[in-house]
Amino acid sequence: MKVKYFAWVRERVGKAEETIEPPASVRTVDDLIAWLAKQGESYAHAFETPRVIRAAIDHAHVKPDTMIAGAREIAFFPPMTGG
Amino acid sequence: MTAIVTVRIQEADFDIAREIAALTKGRDDIGAVVSFSGVCRGSEGGETIAALTLEHYPGMAEAEIMRHAETAMSRWPLTGLTVIHRVGRIVPGENIVLVLTTSQHRQAAFQAAEFLMDYLKANAPFWKREEKPTGTSWVDARHHDDAAAARWTKS
Repeated sequence: MKVKYFAWVRERVGKAEETIEPPASVRTVDDLIAWLAKQGESYAHAFETPRVIRAAIDHAHVKPDTMIAGAREIAFFPPMTGG
Repeated sequence: MTAIVTVRIQEADFDIAREIAALTKGRDDIGAVVSFSGVCRGSEGGETIAALTLEHYPGMAEAEIMRHAETAMSRWPLTGLTVIHRVGRIVPGENIVLVLTTSQHRQAAFQAAEFLMDYLKANAPFWKREEKPTGTSWVDARHHDDAAAARWTKS
């Protein structure tokens, strides 16, 4: 699946997007955040405080316990500050 | 007459008079036009701000604003609405966002404009980075923006 990062999540990870293949045990958004946090120092920094990370699946906001099966694109970002 | 709904995300500034004319031209069923503009401030908490840079999530930002525009259209008797959100580098005094709502009577236009702005602040995927004398930093989300958006959710 494709993963996108925005704002300081993007800066900390060091890339705007990538394609990942998490193991089958990674079932929810929360699981994916925990798995990503273990993919190296930059990821650990980006995802060090999971509760502040917001997620979207296929352009719609989702909660941490949402299942990721079937997702084409998952995005992670900080709380929004538009308007 | 059919309602006009316009959502745009762009780097360029917008002309408020032209956008109002696009909603009102040739119609005689509009009694109220509400316009809200969000403008870049030159200081925040006593610190000078040289500029804001706005990042967005292309695709989702448009979809999210359109979803809220449709909610506003179904909730209030509007004849039209326009939301324009700028991205890129914006200096103090420049426009950031425009919300226009038109209706037969003012209450619907006022309420829908406020609803749209509250939702944009808390839920539209945009992020501001501030340029200050001490360096650049991402703007922290404000809890009162979440609270402002939540008050429109009725059971």
